[in-house]
Amino acid sequence: MAGASSDLKLLGAGPSPYVNRVQIALNLKAINYEFLEEKFGSKSELLLKSNPVHKKIPVLIHGDKPICESLIIVQYIDEVWTSGPSILPSDPYDRALHRFWAAYIDDKDLRTAEGEKAKQLAVERIAEGMALLEDALGKCGKGKPFFGGDNVGYLDIAFGSSLGWLRATEKLAGVTLFNEAKTPGLVAWADAFSSHEAVKGVIPETDKLVELAKMFKARAQSQSAN
Amino acid sequence: MEEVKLLGTWSSPFSYRVLWALELKGIPYQYTEEDLYNKSPFLVKCNPVHKKIPVLVHGGKPICESMVILEYLDGPWPHNPLLPSDPYERAVARFWAKFADDKGTVIWTMFRSTGEEQKEAVKGSLEMLRTIEDLALGDKKFFGGERIGMVDLAFGALAHWLGVFEEIVGIRLLEPESFPRLHKWTKNFKEEPAIKENLPDKDKMLSNFRCLREKLLASP
Repeated sequence: MAGASSDLKLLGAGPSPYVNRVQIALNLKAINYEFLEEKFGSKSELLLKSNPVHKKIPVLIHGDKPICESLIIVQYIDEVWTSGPSILPSDPYDRALHRFWAAYIDDKDLRTAEGEKAKQLAVERIAEGMALLEDALGKCGKGKPFFGGDNVGYLDIAFGSSLGWLRATEKLAGVTLFNEAKTPGLVAWADAFSSHEAVKGVIPETDKLVELAKMFKARAQSQSAN
Repeated sequence: MEEVKLLGTWSSPFSYRVLWALELKGIPYQYTEEDLYNKSPFLVKCNPVHKKIPVLVHGGKPICESMVILEYLDGPWPHNPLLPSDPYERAVARFWAKFADDKGTVIWTMFRSTGEEQKEAVKGSLEMLRTIEDLALGDKKFFGGERIGMVDLAFGALAHWLGVFEEIVGIRLLEPESFPRLHKWTKNFKEEPAIKENLPDKDKMLSNFRCLREKLLASP
């Protein structure tokens, strides 16, 4: 049963990969919802009321019930809207693998740093993560295009949501994170994920994110100078 | 019935989360005590990414990360479920379990630091306890309701390890007058047979963690 627009609200902001995770999950299930954009630099009354503990987006409000934390929201969506395609795998062990790698991704710092030496170390750290995820893609996907197999699944959403910022990082730092020679599976996966119906139009264009990053940096620098 | 193995250590609350879950569900298992200063080849093979405990091995297949393991257990062993059945209740449970993991580290920081860093960690710890007291427990006996669930296990360290840390650093955080609900919960939690019969010895913990704190403070 699809949720009516008035029944389902998503508090978020377009450039947030965590918000994108929820949007992708809602799209996969073909659910209608109202998107309430939080302005950068301020928090709405509704957000503060709905997520008093963390005061962060995304928050999904279903009827009068708020659900917080992106991956928790994705699981909630999967468990409520059971008529759509499944997001979590059906096998408990496969679910454990998806959860393990999603936790790994959230814990792993996928950002690069300033300064040549720091940048080099950061790139090495990201490359190490990419190598492990390439291996995980083989084990979870078993030769199919997605971590979820034939369909976009939980781990695809967890990792794929960061593709926009990873590509922006490649441009800003002048590095290659998706290497055809080293991680061919992930290169193909990134293409398949980005062009999927449920994902198209959700993750902002790389150039837009590059602009945003430059703006954040300028703002931070002027604030620290004052 | 496929064999279940648990790789753990006697002093780790993360290890105990899984052990308690196995006991609560009455799942037979073989326990192996790991030496983290001399990790076994089997541990490294099962958890090559983190090389950490706990690891659950079910029918030869390893599952790592305590909360991933807890989520896993309801699958093959649905009786005495660790998670509620209602999707919203499940989301709330997962929220608090994640809170326990994300915020719980501030207590460890309090334990392993001194001076300004410790002061900040004490402040953070009290804020964390206040949030749990005011928002997480309500008037329920357990976070899981009438029975112990995943969130109770996630907060297990507060019931037994926190007291040990408080004694060693000489700072009392969980005062009964300030946190009546949480304090009552620690009593209820430790009264449950599956928990009561499976707690590391307090004197052994005091000695072990006292030693560890000295080591941590001495190293740069």
